[in-house]
Amino acid sequence: MNLGLGQLFWVVLQRDLMVAMRRWSDICNPVVFFVLVVSLFPLALSPRAEFLRALAPGVLWIAALLAALLSLNQLFRADIEDGTMEQMLTLPYPLGLVILAKTLAHWLVTGLPVVAVAPMLAITYHLPADAIGVLLLSLLIGTPTLSLLGSIGAALTAGLRQSGVLLALMVGPLMLPVLMLGARATDIALGGDDPTGPLYLLGALLALALSLAPPAAAVAIRISAD
Amino acid sequence: MWTWFFQLASPPHFYRMAGSLVPWLLWPALLLILIGSWGGLVLAPADYQQGEGYRIIYVHVPSSYLSMMVYVTMAVAAGIGLIWRIKLAHAVAASCAPVGATFTAAALITGMLWGKPMWGTYWQWEPRLTSELILLFLYFGYMSLRSAFNDLNQSDRASAVLALAGVVNVPIIHFSVVWWAGLHQGPSISKIDAPSIAFEMLWPLLVMILGFTLFFLGVLAMRVRGEVLEREFHARWAQDVLRGANRVEAAG
Amino acid sequence: MSEFLAMGGYAKYVWPAFGITAIVLVINLLAARRQLRQTRERLQLRLVRQSGRKVNI
Repeated sequence: MNLGLGQLFWVVLQRDLMVAMRRWSDICNPVVFFVLVVSLFPLALSPRAEFLRALAPGVLWIAALLAALLSLNQLFRADIEDGTMEQMLTLPYPLGLVILAKTLAHWLVTGLPVVAVAPMLAITYHLPADAIGVLLLSLLIGTPTLSLLGSIGAALTAGLRQSGVLLALMVGPLMLPVLMLGARATDIALGGDDPTGPLYLLGALLALALSLAPPAAAVAIRISAD
Repeated sequence: MWTWFFQLASPPHFYRMAGSLVPWLLWPALLLILIGSWGGLVLAPADYQQGEGYRIIYVHVPSSYLSMMVYVTMAVAAGIGLIWRIKLAHAVAASCAPVGATFTAAALITGMLWGKPMWGTYWQWEPRLTSELILLFLYFGYMSLRSAFNDLNQSDRASAVLALAGVVNVPIIHFSVVWWAGLHQGPSISKIDAPSIAFEMLWPLLVMILGFTLFFLGVLAMRVRGEVLEREFHARWAQDVLRGANRVEAAG
Repeated sequence: MSEFLAMGGYAKYVWPAFGITAIVLVINLLAARRQLRQTRERLQLRLVRQSGRKVNI
């Protein structure tokens, strides 16, 4: 079997998406969790419109980050357990590319749904339309970065039996810049100012994570597979 | 030069050398810290704006300097260990984390104690304290990952990846925190460049920083000895050391 | 002397800061010593178990 690198990427991506489609709960859980966390705040604090509006950027971003953290556990686990990863390690292709494809598939099934429902939740927080646009854009650029950062942590803990809290402790701090930039971009748009600055910075972080995280995760997965 | 380096990097030699180096690092450290404290508390004049309260910088700045320096040391050692598979480097990285974490905590607490008289509140979400807090989280993440593995070799390499990911993130975190806080308040050490800080105020600070650095190196040398012994358990020299622990200790 | 201890009214903040830093330094020293000693004891025990031979400690 001789595959080009691009083909390999597609094969892995398609396979992972198909596997995910068979397990609906894996797709639904992060979104449901996201909606749940976002709904907690009005219930616990106050349903006043201006109050919620001020809260919205931060709450939606925190919930998105938590949903990302929660879903990461599953990123490589199944592959390690059923031996697929062992075969992938022996492939004559750069492992980073396989990881990138897997991370993208993971984002498509867990991150993208969260981004998709975010505008609806933003409406319940009385966020104005242009701020919702910025929120959507910031989540669209930011959550892939979260998944990429998470792939390093998931790869490091893939061989461990208990990894939920550990994973959050490890990668949570690394994700904070994305959270600050994303929430602040939305906040700036809410205040009627130009949010392009933080959005560009989010884009820069995504580019950095795209280039550095897959090789790091590849090194990590080799360590975990030992 | 290279033979010297290889000799240094050979675990048994390092184990012995580190042991004899400890007092040469810790006693000067103690002396410098005492001189620095004397200079900072007694000799240095009161600040014209902050009065006597500014004297907290003589412990806050060295602690926060160490908290970052130790993290970078840890990441560099981890990287060396990961790339060249040097156990000694992993031992250094493993020894850095708990020391760095405690100094981060010290920097946070002294920063808060400084904040109360300066800002009127113990905690302000300003760049320096916030970065320090995130740094503490990074240390905790590193240490909990390290303790999650049973296999020391795996633990070393996995935590090395995390340390490297963390150190790439440290400047990003720093700049986004500065940007996020909206107001840029440069780190105190940059006051050295400014002519505003008088020499009588500056020298105790530099002495303290030097003393803290030596202290860190001394504690590091102690910890690395244990870590090296653990990693070299199957080597002949380590078992000799363990069999005759008392004799070797007495010999230095 | 008491003027020195008063730290111009900042005693409440200056002394705890120096005290906590001193405690952190001492803790580091003790923890490092304890870590070295415990590692050695643990490894010695392992060595004894491994070789089944008495070790003169």
